Amino acid sequence: MHAFQYHRPTSSKEAIGLAGQKAEGRYLAGGQSLVQAMKLRLSSPSDLIDLGTIKELAGVKVSGSAVEIGAMTRHAEVAASAEVKRAIPSLAAMAGMIGDRQVRHMGTIGGSLANNDPAADYPAAVLALNATVTTNKRKIGADQYFKGLYETALEPSELITAVSFQVPKRGAYMKFKNPASRFALVGVFVADFGSGNVRVGVTGAGPSAFRQTEMEKALSAKFAPEAVAAIKVKPDGLNNDLHASPEYRAHLITVMCKRAVEQALK
Amino acid sequence: MSVRVSMKVNGKPVSADIEERTLLVSFIRENLRLTGTHVGCDTAQCGACTVHLNGKAIKSCSIVAMQAEGADILTIEAVAHPDGTLHPMQAAFKENHGLQCGFCTPGMVMNALDFASSHPNPSEQEVRESLEGNLCRCTGYHNIVKSIMAGARAMAAAK
Ligand SMILES: Cc1cc2nc3c(=O)[nH]c(=O)nc-3n(C[C@H](O)[C@H](O)[C@H](O)COP(=O)(O)OP(=O)(O)OC[C@H]3O[C@@H](n4cnc5c(N)ncnc54)[C@H](O)[C@@H]3O)c2cc1C
Ligand code: FES
Ligand code: FES
Repeated sequence: MHAFQYHRPTSSKEAIGLAGQKAEGRYLAGGQSLVQAMKLRLSSPSDLIDLGTIKELAGVKVSGSAVEIGAMTRHAEVAASAEVKRAIPSLAAMAGMIGDRQVRHMGTIGGSLANNDPAADYPAAVLALNATVTTNKRKIGADQYFKGLYETALEPSELITAVSFQVPKRGAYMKFKNPASRFALVGVFVADFGSGNVRVGVTGAGPSAFRQTEMEKALSAKFAPEAVAAIKVKPDGLNNDLHASPEYRAHLITVMCKRAVEQALK
Repeated sequence: MSVRVSMKVNGKPVSADIEERTLLVSFIRENLRLTGTHVGCDTAQCGACTVHLNGKAIKSCSIVAMQAEGADILTIEAVAHPDGTLHPMQAAFKENHGLQCGFCTPGMVMNALDFASSHPNPSEQEVRESLEGNLCRCTGYHNIVKSIMAGARAMAAAK
């Protein structure tokens, strides 16, 4: 790991101020992606701005139609939150499927979304639950947030403060885990908001999470597994690596979507 | 460059001047000479480096020591009673033959202790899921699962 300077601000304001002054500065959340990347020298920031002690960035707030999760809320906290379980059980269940116990104790929603790993789970939930990413500067809609492989709409030193998910009538997340890393080979989040409004978020399959509009249309007409069972997803542009071919991933999207609908109907 | 880091390890306050890039596991092993916490992969996969940070199991190879500033850290060295009597979870590993070479064992025990504190009578399935972040190259896991189920029950009974 290359040397860096370490900072421990106690407020978002102080953190943003520091980030603005340091050209190669990076926020540090759980460190579960960033510290790994720094050890491999894939990332070598001049300064780390640790968000770990900023109290205002952590916690869950539920208001009628939305669940707002602070950027520094750990995956294990979302998975165990009675409020999240009551309002959007599928979201709590998804958080409990991330990585392993130790990773869930450190990793945060803000870090996951800023990082935008192609196989991360939260991006599928953000798209399906039509979430809004709140930063120190603005509110970014789910459909405007993801830009490509590890790329988002965030500007340098822009800080995610919270993520607000809309409460669906029902929903579910199905993940085909890579057996070694536990990341999603393919993960599909289905959310039914009622009156023919269904959203389907897919992760792991492409360079960045995306919505599957053909399935959304079919499920909006009829929210049932058989509505999507015959949909053949085109493999064009899907990821090709040693874990799976684009054709296999395309096939998995349909299978996982079907299972997610079955689960949502339970 | 160096910074001052202070935390509580196994109940004792410790502090040292370290390089900012020092990982928590390096601080524990090299500065404090507590070598029961192991490094099996250094890439966040194996869990041999698992310790408790404020009561929660984490991988000490995947955070920098400064992230634990002011925190309470528990390592395998402080799990047994000072007179050498094994903790019920350690005793369960011994009785159920839950280790062979022993390299993964400190991480297995630290993860199991945290897991068992919220799962007094876990099912086999729950225990297997709890081990997603811990690798063992020897045992084939069956006896580790047995050990943790027995250890969790023994912990609950001792309460
Ligand atoms: C073994 C292992 C298995 C894993 N499995 C999964 C899995 O199955 N699914 C999954 O989704 N993820 C998985 N992860 C990743 C994990 O969820 C990480 O926690 C997450 O990707 C990053 O979160 P973090 O809090 O650790 O962020 P960090 O690593 O600290 O930061 C990541 C990036 O986000 C930036 N950042 C952090 N917070 C903010 C903020 N508030 N505003 C702006 N930028 C910010 C940082 O500067 C950095 O660039 C796994 C990780 C490991 C080590
Ligand atoms: S050494 Fe930390 S997970 Fe392997
Ligand atoms: S006992 Fe040898 S690695 Fe687990």
